[in-house]
Amino acid sequence: MGELTQTSSRVLEPAGSEGFVTTKAEALLAWAQKYSLFMYPFVTACCGMEFMAMSSPRYDFARFGAEAPRFSPRQADLLWVVGTITQRQAPILKRIYEQMAEPKWVLAFGTCASCGGFYDNYACVAGVDKIIPCHVYVPGCPPRPEAVLDGLMLLMDKIQRGDRTPAAVKPRTDPVTSHEYGLVQLRRRESQA
Amino acid sequence: MAKALVELLKQSFPAAVLETHAQHGDETLVLDPASWHEVAAFLKSSPAADMNMLMDLTAVDFPDREPRFEIVAHFYSLAKGHRLRLKARVGDPEGKHVRIASLTDLWGSANWMERECWDMFGVVFEGHPDLRRILLYPEFEGHPLRKDYAADKIQPLVEYRDVPATDKVAPFRSDEGMSFGRQTHDHVPSADAPDPEIFPEPAN
Repeated sequence: MGELTQTSSRVLEPAGSEGFVTTKAEALLAWAQKYSLFMYPFVTACCGMEFMAMSSPRYDFARFGAEAPRFSPRQADLLWVVGTITQRQAPILKRIYEQMAEPKWVLAFGTCASCGGFYDNYACVAGVDKIIPCHVYVPGCPPRPEAVLDGLMLLMDKIQRGDRTPAAVKPRTDPVTSHEYGLVQLRRRESQA
Repeated sequence: MAKALVELLKQSFPAAVLETHAQHGDETLVLDPASWHEVAAFLKSSPAADMNMLMDLTAVDFPDREPRFEIVAHFYSLAKGHRLRLKARVGDPEGKHVRIASLTDLWGSANWMERECWDMFGVVFEGHPDLRRILLYPEFEGHPLRKDYAADKIQPLVEYRDVPATDKVAPFRSDEGMSFGRQTHDHVPSADAPDPEIFPEPAN
């Protein structure tokens, strides 16, 4: 019940067993929105395989309420842009985005959708934010399922806070400073020598 | 096997074959472009060649050469199992008159490959039934795989958004983007004093 500890909500418990909760209407609405994201998967490339893995039971983003894919943008809240967007597809993506009803969010899945990746050429759009606003960037080629889940939870967090600024998913561990995954170990302890 | 085929073509078309070479076992004939269709038709109809498959047809741009473009076709005989590569050099340095005969009447697979070659290199295939762009959009100007097409030139169909700040990451708290387990709760203030970062004071 982490959301009940948000600043806008209070749990008031008197001495007895019954209690009640006060909250703001907009916080309650945001709470409902973040747990009922209807998705529109705009899948164009190999990241789609990762997207399928995400929606299947092993990683299962249905756990976060983002269960129902809607294949009409008019019924969707969250546009997943999964894969490379070519210049030829750009009008289609923009049209899909314009058909979605407010409130709507966009998640760029993978490096190609976020910034174009290595497709820096005549045919491709270097990131969906050149065409439509984007709220969460999930880097990776393809991203790990954990990163996608982090991105989804980040978006839910932003919906709860009413924040529509863009954000990128950070790595869970820093490979340079992590001792477990460290690339180099500069100094050994005497006990390890 | 393909070496005998090269000899056969040299004897049959002594004026058309300009040079021959072999690389990694692939026999190659460089032809006079005027006899491109004639030699290809011979390869298909001759029982000794029996080239019933056109595997690939493309072009190479050599901007310093005259003629500038090299048209390359790879043939394969499914029955005999041998291969042959034909080349023809066409085009002026500006790349405005790059023309060669189409092979669509001999192999159906030449249709899309010649359309791609037109799309990417601007080679006009005379006699092609439907020479349109195949991969790029009709509004595209120029031919992107030519060496004189600027590497960073793009032709967007949708006007790019005019976003003043392209800063992608705008964290509103130090733990944004962290997984739930790594989020800190130090910043959660008491209910009496809401976090000004999240709930700014309304401007009166």
